[in-house]
Amino acid sequence: MNESIKQLKVSAIENGTVIDHIPALAVFQVIRILKLDKFDNMVLFGTNLESKKYGKKGIIKVSNKFFADEDLNKISLAAPHATIIEIHDYKVTSKKVVETPEQIKGIVKCFNPNCVTNHEHVSARFDVLDKEDIRLKCHYCEKITVKNNMEFK
Amino acid sequence: MKNKSLVSINDYSKEEQLKILEIAKGFEKNPVQDILKDHVIASLFFEPSTRTRLSFESAVSRLGGKIIGFSEASNTSVKKGESLRDTILTIANYSDLIIMRNPIEGSARFASEISPVPIINAGDGANQHPTQTLLDLYSIIKTQGTLDNLHVAFVGDLKYGRTVHSLVIALCNYNTTFHLVSPLELKLPSSVKMYIKERKLAYHQYTELEDAIPSADVLYMTRIQKERFSDPLEFERIKNSYILSNNMLDNTKENIKVLHPLPRVNEININVDTNPKAYYFEQALNGVFVRQALMASILGLS
Ligand SMILES: [Zn+2]
Repeated sequence: MNESIKQLKVSAIENGTVIDHIPALAVFQVIRILKLDKFDNMVLFGTNLESKKYGKKGIIKVSNKFFADEDLNKISLAAPHATIIEIHDYKVTSKKVVETPEQIKGIVKCFNPNCVTNHEHVSARFDVLDKEDIRLKCHYCEKITVKNNMEFK
Repeated sequence: MKNKSLVSINDYSKEEQLKILEIAKGFEKNPVQDILKDHVIASLFFEPSTRTRLSFESAVSRLGGKIIGFSEASNTSVKKGESLRDTILTIANYSDLIIMRNPIEGSARFASEISPVPIINAGDGANQHPTQTLLDLYSIIKTQGTLDNLHVAFVGDLKYGRTVHSLVIALCNYNTTFHLVSPLELKLPSSVKMYIKERKLAYHQYTELEDAIPSADVLYMTRIQKERFSDPLEFERIKNSYILSNNMLDNTKENIKVLHPLPRVNEININVDTNPKAYYFEQALNGVFVRQALMASILGLS
């Protein structure tokens, strides 16, 4: 139906992963979190697509690649309601929603310029205090990074 | 607690904190012991803090230990761009325990993760200063006979004062009633208030110091700094409303004690100093016993 016609705006893939329901502004963040910018396989993406449920949304399709849940859950920080669809032979074989992990390591920068993670060779690590309205407590400086000052590495 | 670094007051459970306070009592009775005579303690002050450094060094000296280190970073390899990682790994070779003060927040946690010897955080920027909290707890238990069910009033800069934050969090273990006195701009942050709420403890907020004093068992004063105000006129307006003078202690509880992390500027009038209810100088001395107790238990010597 309608939804499937829309999906065609970004061509179908034979095998691989579709990440749907990404907020339009977060598409490039998701690309960075999953390091798709350094990827050899075909990657298709679209943004500012009309969605009834989400307003403007983005979508990413990665050919011949299936991600570990652990990696996918990282994108929940940028795209908390993203749907992950796995495709085999043009058919949907699984569909799930991302889950925000309890802990985050190495993908977000601590917003505190005086934090040791911004001075030494050590990855920022956070406890996720709030999964809905993202609030991340730095394991080192103990300051809280919120959505508005969240910067992806 | 053997070999257990102390970075944040929450690293030690309530029981572990009480154990340290108990051991500190022994050092107060008998402060000169030579239990550290075979130990080298590194004291690394990446920024000057004379008071804290001398308290630690006094604690080490009274226990017969040797101290190596520096009191500011300017003449060291750090100044030449050495990473904290390299500094810690090098100095850990020469010492059994590292005391570190560093303006970078989270540096003590990081050091504790890479160091083969335990770390005591002597202050990491605006983040944590757990030995101050232990000495505050010791001062309270010593003057009140208990930590339980007390009314503790915090006065001044409750927003930026890390000693206030850590002590509030630590006191949440003891069914404390909190009286929070500050200008509106310097109220206790919600991230700290969260701990009080989680424990369902009572707290009251005031802007007038006089309102909080009558119910307090402990009056914890702090300094208000001009640079914390976005509007300098606002500072001028309130700066004299959080000054404790001797007559204000007249109709207070018999057992009330006035604490202050020091240094003081003018928030406690010097006419309070001779009042038996003033306790801030003894409080500073307690820091030595608590630091002795902490080092002894981390090194497994008590
Ligand atoms: Zn941090």
